Amino acid sequence: MQKFSGIAVSGGIAIGPCWIYRPVSVSTTRKPIEDPKPEIERFEKALRDAEVQLEQLYNRALESIGEADAAIFEAHKLFLKDPEFIGAIHTAITDERINAEAAVAETAEGFAQQMLVLEDDYFKARAQDIRDVSRRILYCLNGISLDQFKLSQPSIILAEDLTPSDTIQFERTMILGLCTRHGGPTSHTAILARSLAVPAAVSIPFEFTSINERSEVILNGDSGTLTIEAPAKEIESAKKAQQQWKLVWQSRLKSASEPARSLDGKLVEIVANIGGVEDARQAVEFGAEGVGLLRTEFLYLDFGRLPTEEEQTAIYREIFQVMGNRPVVVRTLDIGGDKQVDYLDLHQETNPFLGWRAIRMMREHPEMLLTQMRSLLKAASPESDLRIMAPMVSSIEEVKQAREIFEEAKTSLREENALHVEKTQFGIMVEIPSAALIIEHLAEFVDFFSIGTNDLTQYTLAVDRTNERVAYLASPFHPAVLKLIDSTIQKAHEKGRWVGLCGEMAGDPVAVPLLLGMGLDEFSMSPSAIPAVKELIRRQDTNSCKEIATEALSQPSIKAVKELLARQR
Amino acid sequence: MQSSDILVTHPVGLHARPAAEFVKTAGKYPCNITVSNLTTAGKTVNAKSILSVLTLGVQQGHIIRIETDGEKEIEAMTALKDLIQTNFGETA
Repeated sequence: MQKFSGIAVSGGIAIGPCWIYRPVSVSTTRKPIEDPKPEIERFEKALRDAEVQLEQLYNRALESIGEADAAIFEAHKLFLKDPEFIGAIHTAITDERINAEAAVAETAEGFAQQMLVLEDDYFKARAQDIRDVSRRILYCLNGISLDQFKLSQPSIILAEDLTPSDTIQFERTMILGLCTRHGGPTSHTAILARSLAVPAAVSIPFEFTSINERSEVILNGDSGTLTIEAPAKEIESAKKAQQQWKLVWQSRLKSASEPARSLDGKLVEIVANIGGVEDARQAVEFGAEGVGLLRTEFLYLDFGRLPTEEEQTAIYREIFQVMGNRPVVVRTLDIGGDKQVDYLDLHQETNPFLGWRAIRMMREHPEMLLTQMRSLLKAASPESDLRIMAPMVSSIEEVKQAREIFEEAKTSLREENALHVEKTQFGIMVEIPSAALIIEHLAEFVDFFSIGTNDLTQYTLAVDRTNERVAYLASPFHPAVLKLIDSTIQKAHEKGRWVGLCGEMAGDPVAVPLLLGMGLDEFSMSPSAIPAVKELIRRQDTNSCKEIATEALSQPSIKAVKELLARQR
Repeated sequence: MQSSDILVTHPVGLHARPAAEFVKTAGKYPCNITVSNLTTAGKTVNAKSILSVLTLGVQQGHIIRIETDGEKEIEAMTALKDLIQTNFGETA
């Protein structure tokens, strides 16, 4: 028996055959060939096979991840038809008389190098695409088929690392668990595992060579361990633990539908962050009392043009129906120059996170916000509890204008006899320090606030969280960020407004007691985090949480805050 | 032979969908078509090759030179110029 430990990223126990994801490497060493003709034919056949594969991948991606992300496979197909690329490979085979593998790999690498010297990151990223296409052709040349990625039975997937394009190849129902040698708690594998609710561990230092394909393994996503060649006894006890875990999970799900009340009787709202109707169903299943953040960008990205009022209404209505009388907080369009939405007149900006985005587009295009608000209000039924909030607010003028548009939307619908919803609220996101510091003024124009900690952290600490070299600085546990969160809550409460929080922090077990101590009213998180957070809140006493909060706010550093919170657990 | 210098106004320049549209349009004509990026003063490449067009690194505000030579060279030039000037068929 061998046991490896790493980082636990998604809870649960998986027992079953392992399946090792091993991207095969194909030798691309130059070999002289006698007759180029059969080599060209081999290459041409590989091209046709690659095209069929890409077609299949595209269709699959379309179903599972949507058109925008599926487009990558369309682009790959175009590479296969490129006259210069194909021409250069032909020349290498015919004139230099080298094998197809070397011709493909060398030509592709030549183009990749040319992309890598370009300034723009987009062009640089295309180098990866060329290498990906090259790998596919090499596989086809050697008859390595896509079937190797098809799991014949539900398995625990072991891999070096997994990228989004790797994972697209697996059927969801075939994944028992995920385990990688690389990656951290925020890696793609971790995020994917949590959203699929499958056990997962990363940074597990196993050796591929020491594991037999399809042998029975045990993956514990709570302790972050992988056991191979486990004796029958070990498997038996793992199975018992798994049963136990399932019971706990079921009772968790059951108790998740109950409200979250602390030991001393304080009731808080536990709601979900969602991005569509599928998430809404999952949220209800996991015990969400409502939605704390409905992102609406997908509508604008999916259509490829401005969605009409009718189109938006139909989609919102579907989501509202799932949520029934539960409150739903909707964030209006939050998009900027970091996204490619050609029709929105978004220019590529050198600093998109500080640029023309989100509510800032309202000055030039108030009609866009009006249409969205009308669609939302129209889609809500008499039983709905609809709360609309504006993102990226930095000044009182923006709040006033957005509120006016909200009122205009309501008035116009009322005149048309198309307003059926009775309970509505208007609020703003607090994610820019300038907004957090003038809460008492903004409170005059809103019914509620929702703190977006991901952006608030980025803007307070001047850290681009997508920049890996500085991302380590981005922590909502920085005392400066905590102070802004705390003062937002206190000032809002003084004015009688409620406050929610919809960043990743709300679902972080370490942060929950702290936020509870600050008096946060609503916690919004990914649906799968809800059962555990509700359980955690039921074990808290708000008075001791207040003490923790007071102490945390007086700490000098992220490290000191984290140490303090770790001691409390 | 036809030659024309054109300012690329599309926000993403010549990559993603615009690059694909450009190459697809060029591919419809039998004549030879080349393109170069005058702003970066780089090489001249085959306009029917997506990879080559991408290596030009054309961004918004760059000026490109298109040359068409051979059968249907006038039609090809008109089609490519139209494509760029109408912002690749998108309403901005």
